[in-house]
Order: sequence, then structure tokens, then C-alpha cells
Amino acid sequence: MTTYLIKNARPYGEDAVDLVLRDGDIASIGENLTAPGAEVVDGTGLVLLPGLVDLHTHLREPGREDAETVESGSRAAALGGFTAVHAMANTDPVADTAGVVEQVWRLGQEAGLVDVVPVGAVTVGLAGAQLAELGAMADSAARVRVFSDDGHCVADPALMRRALEYVKALDGVVAQHAEEPRLTVGAQMHEGDRSARLGLTGWPAAAEEAIIARDVLLAQHVGARLHVCHVSTAGSVELLRWAKSRGVQVTAEVTPHHLLLTDECAEGYDPVFKVNPPLRTDVDVAAVRLGLADGTIDAVATDHAPHAVEDKECEWAMARPGMLGLEQALSVVVTTMMSPDGPGPGRLDWRAVADRMSVRPAAIGRLAGHGRPIAAGEPANLVLVDPAHRGTVDPAALASRSRNSPYAGRELPGRVVATFLRGTPTVLDGKAVK
Amino acid sequence: MRRHLLEAADLDLGDATLVLDTAAQIDAALAGREVKKLPTLRGRTVVNLFYEDSTRTRISFELAAKRLSADVINFSAKGSSVSKGESLKDTAQTLEAMGSDAIVIRHGASGAPHRLAQWVRGSVVNAGDGTHEHPTQALLDAYTIRRRLGRLDGVRVVLVGDVLHSRVARSNVGLLHTLGADVTVVAPPTLLPVGVGSWPVTVSYDLDTVLPKADVVMMLRVQGERMNASFFPSAREYSRRYGLDARRMALLPDDTIVMHPGPMNRGMEIAAEVADSVRSTIVEQVGNGVSVRMAVLYLLLGGAPEGSS
Amino acid sequence: MAEPALGAPTPGALMSADDVARVVDRVAHQLIERAAAGRAGTSQGAAPDGGLTDLVLVGVPTRGAPLARRLAGRIEAFTGTAVDVGTVDITLYRDDLRLRGVRALEDTRLPAAGIDGRLVVLVDDVLFSGRSVRAALDALRDLGRPRAVQLAVLVDRGHRELPIRADYVGKNVPTSRTQQVKVKLAEIDGVDEVVVADPAGAEATR
Repeated sequence: MTTYLIKNARPYGEDAVDLVLRDGDIASIGENLTAPGAEVVDGTGLVLLPGLVDLHTHLREPGREDAETVESGSRAAALGGFTAVHAMANTDPVADTAGVVEQVWRLGQEAGLVDVVPVGAVTVGLAGAQLAELGAMADSAARVRVFSDDGHCVADPALMRRALEYVKALDGVVAQHAEEPRLTVGAQMHEGDRSARLGLTGWPAAAEEAIIARDVLLAQHVGARLHVCHVSTAGSVELLRWAKSRGVQVTAEVTPHHLLLTDECAEGYDPVFKVNPPLRTDVDVAAVRLGLADGTIDAVATDHAPHAVEDKECEWAMARPGMLGLEQALSVVVTTMMSPDGPGPGRLDWRAVADRMSVRPAAIGRLAGHGRPIAAGEPANLVLVDPAHRGTVDPAALASRSRNSPYAGRELPGRVVATFLRGTPTVLDGKAVK
Repeated sequence: MRRHLLEAADLDLGDATLVLDTAAQIDAALAGREVKKLPTLRGRTVVNLFYEDSTRTRISFELAAKRLSADVINFSAKGSSVSKGESLKDTAQTLEAMGSDAIVIRHGASGAPHRLAQWVRGSVVNAGDGTHEHPTQALLDAYTIRRRLGRLDGVRVVLVGDVLHSRVARSNVGLLHTLGADVTVVAPPTLLPVGVGSWPVTVSYDLDTVLPKADVVMMLRVQGERMNASFFPSAREYSRRYGLDARRMALLPDDTIVMHPGPMNRGMEIAAEVADSVRSTIVEQVGNGVSVRMAVLYLLLGGAPEGSS
Repeated sequence: MAEPALGAPTPGALMSADDVARVVDRVAHQLIERAAAGRAGTSQGAAPDGGLTDLVLVGVPTRGAPLARRLAGRIEAFTGTAVDVGTVDITLYRDDLRLRGVRALEDTRLPAAGIDGRLVVLVDDVLFSGRSVRAALDALRDLGRPRAVQLAVLVDRGHRELPIRADYVGKNVPTSRTQQVKVKLAEIDGVDEVVVADPAGAEATR
């Protein structure tokens, strides 16, 4: 196994050091290190972070390999600086059995670009009626710890209660897609002034907040862990803040697009901006940024949702919801959450970025080797970022099989120069190694 | 004028007035003529691309195009490549390849005409998209009001009914505001969009109080099925609170007109004696629709826009 | 260069207000003579009105319309007989929409007695390519069936592109194709005159 010597990188944006990566671990950290026979990576001017962990990725395999595969999605993840991604269960067939989650896990191992961690469905076929075999998935080779019907809400309150209780025995967590289905029948975009004018059926903030309120009460009642997917409204942030202040074991994620984009994007009806939950208002964007900064929201998760061209180059109402996110997530966090003037209210420094994009998501997903400190003896899951780089997003240049990036044509800061998965580079010089 | 007519906001006061003036001139030029045909758009091709059945709107556009001597192709979704799963984009490219100069589109999805406009070089005219807009309906309504009342500026228009699902309401609110009218919308709160507060209108839940000050009452179609989704308790209760019957008609000033975009639910939002009264412009609206659509097609297709507008 | 104020005569104009008035009078006399002669040639013999009730002057907007009204006014002044006047807008009959873009439509108004079986004299300000006249003839065909159609223009500047000629010409003005001939009438422009502008846009005398 090749030894790597990273010269002059700045861990968490702090003082520059050298690192030697050997046998999958960080062998040593210090100044003026040498390692005979090692490949040298020049880290001058680059920020070193623990490899990023995504709690929420759609890899589409099995079922929609035309939109994404485990391999293409893994490559996109590596280019985005990720060393682990949680693959959502809404595939075809649904990942609701040990067999399917093991298949996805093996495909991830074969691709070898990122640790693909399958998420198991909470209910059989995501139908919201009957619990899937959660224990069998937890005990499988895939070691499932996060369970989610994402794309669908576990709407039945009694079933949700049982799921929360049941996964306690597995050290698992239910990741809820918070959407009261009766309030979002036919919903197309955030319900407000714009939906009224554009004539698109509204997706009210209350439909998200009602479920979050219910679920934090249930989680408190049964003493279980709850994770809230893709928090999008100011009201949701308030509810989470309240729940955490009461000691509820709740964690939450926000997507890069909800940190950056608003429902204004729906003007023109280009479905590349159609997503669930929908893009919200300026007020909501400000609230989720603040929530991420103060830790009310624990993690940034991409909700990377590749879709084939025909599912997006169509009428808004006919289009599938979702947008790409893996390759631009870190850049969006840099542009929305980091100020050149340093951290302040509503701002993150590099340590906090590492916390929200690696440490906490790894802890939520119970991933042992990820989200670790940058220290000798730790697994060498690392990413080198050029914070000074600015680039314009070209969907055709993305590693994903799909092209539905909402950031097309947008200039964003920051670039992943290299990613290491257990000491092996998956990205070097900004290009995927395989 | 812009190249497309997708929504009322595409027309500023100058453009909207130009359309209405042009329609009036066309009406005058054709009045009493044996040959109701003009050679203006000879050699141009207008495609009526209808994804929803709407015989009256399609016929109106077809007649308008034919009276301007354009070649008209009717392309309905049923029994065509569309029913075999062809996408809107593929259909657009097919029509483009066949040399269509304008596409008149009716579609169940809001914003479909906006998408189409991105895929074709010719003009796109929105003939009704989902619950979004129906701009030529608003133009013919404005034209009808101006013919009856002689003006639009300061005219008090009351729009009654299912504003939430009505593309006619959205286009009328936008266009009438541009033209200086004073619009009040009246509906049960369940049939008003949550964002109605941002519209340039007054909102009322009480029809009886607004009628005595109305110059125009525009009734919107209300589908009885809406009661199944609890937008209102029953057709009877809706009709009692928001229907225009003879008693309410008596509250109106003498020269107030009553409009309806059709098709009507007689006995639901409008009583037969109101629909058939001298106040009613319902039949007139249909005739005016052809003139207004001729004006729109002429202004969009007549040639390169002049520098000023 | 600043445009002259509305209504102010342009120094050295090709035709002054007096010139325009003289030419209108002359064309009015010609119309009276020809109407009488035309009637004399028919089986009905000389009519008491000199054939003028048979005549309809149809102006082509914009400036043909007031010209037609002026001609009718002069004819009535000379003969005491009122002549029917109308306008026919040719915008929707033009063949150059693609080149010149859309424009606002103008009035089409015919006298109550219509044009069927009558002598229609189209009146326009400038005769150039002949395409406007061609459009006006097409429009007339949709409006009725005149006994005959003639053409009266204030200025004939040449450069015909169609086999069309005027029956009554106020003034023949040789021009180059790129020059502009601008007829101004008091009803619209506040002043009566004819100016010729060079391509650069400067109004020049000849």
C-alpha cells in the first residue's frame, strides 16, 4: 500500500503541518516530516478536513441505473470530498430487506470510492403500513443503523411511535421525512405569495412543522433517537430548538440547496428547482443558516437526488422532485456559512464545518471510522480543500450520471483537491482516481 | 410586444391598450362585411396544441387565425403521439421542424407554456395553463368591459368564486390592475390562495356588501366536486353565500354588467335569470374573444417588433 | 440637428403651404372634369350633379385620409355638391409585415351608401413603390365592388415596383431611392408642406 506525505496542509484552516498516511491511518503529524518512498501531495494553501459524511444520498441503484449508479454516485461523492454516504432506501426494489441493503453495500465496496452505508426502509415498500425487518438489516453485512422511508413520511403516528421504540434495541435512528401527506396532496412548491401567483399547488410549512412537533413529542415519550431529514422552515428550526432545550434526543439536517436557494427559483417553471421539501423563503433560509450555526441543526446532508433528463425536461408538475448536491455541497456551505471576516453569529469556521459535515453526521449514523479527529493513529479519511478557488458549475462536467444541478452557471468558492479513503486517494488534483 | 403571450404580466399598459385598440379596429374593419377574412397572416402556420379539451377556446383561436388567413393545425393530445407518451419537448421540436410560426397551447400543468417557449423559436400563446393563467380570456374580458362601460381606468370589478383554482382570475387580476381597474375578489377563504394578500386586490368574504359599489361582476366557475375536498360544505350553501341570483342582482347599480368566462354552472354560481338578463355579457364575451385573439396573433406574428416597444 | 417645432414651416421646403393648397385645388378641378366626362360617356348622359354623387374619395391613412377630406371640401366649394368620403386602412393587407413590423391599425370607414358600383378614387400622399396602393386595392376588393377605381396622389416620387400609376398627380418629384419624401399636413403635423430628406436624415431642398 502506497504511503502518502501531505506537505504544508492546514488542518481545519489552522497552522500548516505535514502528515504521513500509511496503512490506512494517519501515521504521524508534524513539521518537516519525511517519508522515504512516499508519494508527496503538496498541500500548500489547502485546508485539511476529516472526510465528509453524507447522511442523505440517493444513488438510484437498483432500479434507475440510467439516473445514477452506486459507482457514479460514489465518484460524485469522492469529488465532493465525501468518504462516506448514506444511500437512501427508495430504490426499486426498496431497500427494506437484508438482501437489498447488502447488495447496495457490496456495490459500494466494489466501487471503492467511498463507504456506501445503506439506509433501511422503516416500512415494507415505503408503504407506511407495516414495519420492515429492521433487525435483519441491522444485523446484515451492511450494518444498517439509519432507517428512513425518505420520500414518504411515516405519517401514521402509532407506527412512528413503534419504529422509534423498536430501533432503540438496534442503536438505530429513524430519519423522518417530515411531510404531513394530507396537507401536501398535489403540492408543487412552497405555499406562499409565489405559489399563489404561479398557480402551483402549495406545500405549506405547517405540513413539515406539524410532523416534527409530533415526532419530537413521541421521541421524548418513548426515549428514542429521532433524526429529522432536510429541515426547510424557520418554524422547524424553532421546534427543534425547543425540543433540544427539553432534552429530546433529536438531531436534524439541512441540505445545501435549502441553505442557498429560495422559492424565487420557481419563476420560469424550470423543474430543476423542484424539490421536496420545496425551496422556501428568504426568512426560512436565514433561519436554517442560523440553526446550523448554533448547532440546532446538526448536519449538512445533500439529499443528492439524480434524475434522468426526461424527468426534468418537462412540465413542472410532471417532473420528479430532487436535485444534485454531492459535488457542490461543500462549496455551498462555504459560500453560505463562512465569512471572510471569520466566524460570527450565523457563521461557521472550518472546525465547525468539519463538525457539521463529518463529525456529527458520522455520530448520528454510528460510523466508527469516520468523522474522527485529525490526529496520529486515526483512520486516514481526509479531504484537502482549496478555499481560494472559484469555479462555475457546469452540469455536463459532473461525475453524476444526471445533470439536474440547481447550481448550473453559478460561481461558487472552494474546490476539493484531494480525498483520501483510509489512506488511499479517491481524488487527486481535483480528479477522481478511478 | 414581447414574442410570447404567457401571462398578463407580459403586457404593460401600452401593450395591453394596443391589443384592445387593435381588436376594436379589427372589429370595425370587419363589421358588416361579407368577406370576414384578412390576408394578413397568409403563409404563416398557427398550431393549436391542446392537452385539455376546450372546444370553445380552440374554436375561438382557430377562427381568429383563419380570419387572418393563417394555416391552422389542430393538435389535440388525445389520439396523437402525446397519448403514446411523447414529451412536451419532443412535441415542441416536431412542431418546430414542421415550420410552425406560433403555438397556441392549452395544458393542465401550470407553466407548461413557459417551458414550451424555451424550446421553440416561434411565438407561444398561453390558452390556459393549469391553475396559472389564461391571458387572452382576460384580454377579451377587458375588451368587453371597455366596450360596455367605455373605460377601464377606475372601473370597480368584483371577481367572485374559486379564485384558488382559477387561471381566469389570475390573468384578470393582473391585467385589470395594469389597466387601472379597481379589483375586489370575493370567495370563501378556502377558495382564496394563501398568498392572496400580495395581490393588488381587495379581499372580501361578503358578496352582499361589495355588490352595490360594483361596475362589473365577474363570476367564476365553481366545480361542485370541490365540496368533496371540503372547500365548502355543499353546493347549496355555496350558492346561497356566493351565487349571483335575482335578489343579489337587484343590489347592483343600474348599469353594472355581469360577466362569466363560461362554461356556466347555472344554479350554482349564477342563476339562469341573471345569466340571461340584459346585464349579462356572456354571449358578447364569446364574440369578442375572436377579435381579441386576432389582435394578439397579428401583434405577435405580424412581423419583427418595432424598436419602441 | 433639432427637429423643427410642430407647425413651423421648414425653410426651403419642396412645397410650401401655398403650393399644397394650389395642387389640391388643381386635383379637385381635375376630379370634377373627369367625373363629368366619365358620366357623359355613359348611357345615362350628363347628370345634373356632373357625376359627382357617383364619386367616393377613399383616403389611405394616415395622410391620405385628411387629403381626401380636403379634396371633397374643395369640390363642394367649387360645385356646391357634397362628395362621399371614406378611409381604408391597409395595415392588415401589407406584404411587408415581416420586414417592417407590426403597427397600430387605423380606421376603415366607408360612406353609408357603400362603394358598390361607384367610382372610387383612392387618395394617398406619396406614390412610391406602389405596394400601398396594391394593398389598398386588395382591401377594397374585400369591402365591395366599385365600378372603377382610380388613384390620386399629392406627390409621385417614382421607383415603382408594381405596374401601378396615378390618375391624378399633384407634383412629380424625381428622387433617389434612398431619399425620404415627407408630406406634412396641418391636420396631423400642424403645417402643410412637402420636404425631401437625404439618407443622412437631414432635410434638404432641391
